[in-house]
Amino acid sequence: MPDVALSRPGLPARMFRSLHLPLNDRFALFGLAVYAVFVLTAIFADQIAPYDPTEILYTPEYDLAADLRPGEDGFILGTTSLGRDIFSQIVHGTRSALLIGITAAFMVALIGSIVGLVSGYFGGWIDAILMRLADIAFGIPFLPFVVVLAAFLEPSIWNVVIAMALVLWRDTARVIRSQVLTLRARSYVDAARVSGSSDLKIIMRHIAPNILPLSFLYGSIAIGWAILTEASISFLGFGDPQSISWGYMLQDAFASQALAKQAYYWFVPPGICIILVVSAGFFITRGYENLLFPKLGR
Amino acid sequence: MLDSNEPLVSVREVQLHYRVGGALSALRGRSSVVKAVDRVSFEIRRGESVGLLGESGCGKTSMGRLLLKLEEATGGEISFAGEAIAGLKGAALKRYRAKAQLIFQNPFDAVNPRFTIRAALSEPLENAGIPVREREGPIIEALELVRLPQPQQFLDRYPHQLSGGQLQRVVMARALILQPAFVVADEPVSMLDVSVRAGVLNVFRDVRDRLGLTAIYISHDLALVRYVCERTIVMYLGRIMEDGSTEDIVHEPLHPYTKALVAAVPVPQPDQSHDPLPIGRGAPDPRNPPSGCVFRDRCPYAFERCASQVPRLRRVGTRNVACHLFEETALSSGRQ
Repeated sequence: MPDVALSRPGLPARMFRSLHLPLNDRFALFGLAVYAVFVLTAIFADQIAPYDPTEILYTPEYDLAADLRPGEDGFILGTTSLGRDIFSQIVHGTRSALLIGITAAFMVALIGSIVGLVSGYFGGWIDAILMRLADIAFGIPFLPFVVVLAAFLEPSIWNVVIAMALVLWRDTARVIRSQVLTLRARSYVDAARVSGSSDLKIIMRHIAPNILPLSFLYGSIAIGWAILTEASISFLGFGDPQSISWGYMLQDAFASQALAKQAYYWFVPPGICIILVVSAGFFITRGYENLLFPKLGR
Repeated sequence: MLDSNEPLVSVREVQLHYRVGGALSALRGRSSVVKAVDRVSFEIRRGESVGLLGESGCGKTSMGRLLLKLEEATGGEISFAGEAIAGLKGAALKRYRAKAQLIFQNPFDAVNPRFTIRAALSEPLENAGIPVREREGPIIEALELVRLPQPQQFLDRYPHQLSGGQLQRVVMARALILQPAFVVADEPVSMLDVSVRAGVLNVFRDVRDRLGLTAIYISHDLALVRYVCERTIVMYLGRIMEDGSTEDIVHEPLHPYTKALVAAVPVPQPDQSHDPLPIGRGAPDPRNPPSGCVFRDRCPYAFERCASQVPRLRRVGTRNVACHLFEETALSSGRQ
């Protein structure tokens, strides 16, 4: 007779399916495509980028390769005032943007889901404490909080991730809690309890699978948020000077008066990249929303 | 093995009170307590079938949930086979879960829609520590017990692919798969088509007799309770009104509320007039029940004492009745 485990598709296939990727939404598909390009760029950044992004470059005539226009001396997007290759910086910026975005989104989705599940499932004083914490988190102004955190910690791109993990779980937790409250009232949850299943088993088996798409929805919102926040923090000068990010590039361009030099090639590409990634995240989010609330009917 | 006269389930002065409204309304003196179950006491012998009868909101479902430890009593004690269930934890609780089971009202909600029938029936077996390979046998047996024809073909189906009657049988099979001693059936046929009710009810009766189950059948329908149970407990606003043999209650109801319930059962003769007892339209707001006897504002026989004193459940013949009328007769007959 067929074993239960054998008659189902393999674990990777099931995991992929449980992501519920919104593949039939055209905007979401565009978003996913943008993400695919950026993810590949981030992975193969060392192969794609012609130079080290912080290396100070020289022209064949042994002059400093500063403020070169796109195409001059083979620099695709030109160079910065310090003679660094802008294209290489963009490529490596992808890496830090996605690293921050994905880890922050993961943290936000994870913490938010756990808090929402525990709060909604157990209720009572646990719920009261967690939701008052969420109220406090709602009261914290986000950007100043990150600046203060950066002052206390070493300047690092991870400050943004820590700040997001500490503050932005609140939205995810609230929404997931409300979903758990309705799921908890279903008879099959009582049935599982009567048949002797532990709370942990009920949460993992009967409740968590139903809130997974919501976790992903809030996770994908958080990616855009994280990238934007990192860019803002770097632009304000509280970022990590050692690592190249799009925000850092904008700050560098601003400080070097790129606008006055009309060096659009310097600050427009990182801007476009930020816009692309954030709006791609938004489109994917929209796709999930369609999937979750099909009756919105767009 | 315990003495067969020993009650399997014993409920003493059990209360389930909910506080309605938060801290703010408490400050304004608006907080109130809903007594879903209020000082309920009864015992069930091994092998006995008891109907829990009452209109919606009378606390019958809450009572069932208390018995299965889905809800914790706010007062009183429930014991199963001589052991209080309130303190059960860990392995002892797991043993209790295997012995006391629930059959749900709405079969469409009682099985996780993401689970196949096999997975749904595996859950209790898994919790009982039965390895994956040895689960198929008991699953098929349980499905055969509830007379689901060709059980094999249902194993890999999902709940939405089954009819209500089939699904309710699956729910029953899940309750019976660990061979419990005690089953609470919470209106198991109220969501089903009339045409399949009799089948499901007969399965319930047969299985109960075959396995010698002790059962509580919760319903608002006296006819169904009469079909399934030899004893009936009538509840109203969280309290027991009358407790006695079903036939006695049907033929000679004592409590005015029971009289009204019996009179409300439709008679299948169109030309025979039947007079329902005039008890008014609906039950009062449970947050604000009448003082004294909770039924007094609808009772045609109410007198002064009903407003001032809560009637205790006392023995009248072979039954227990909570009504001042019968204290009166008991007293006056004592005087003679």
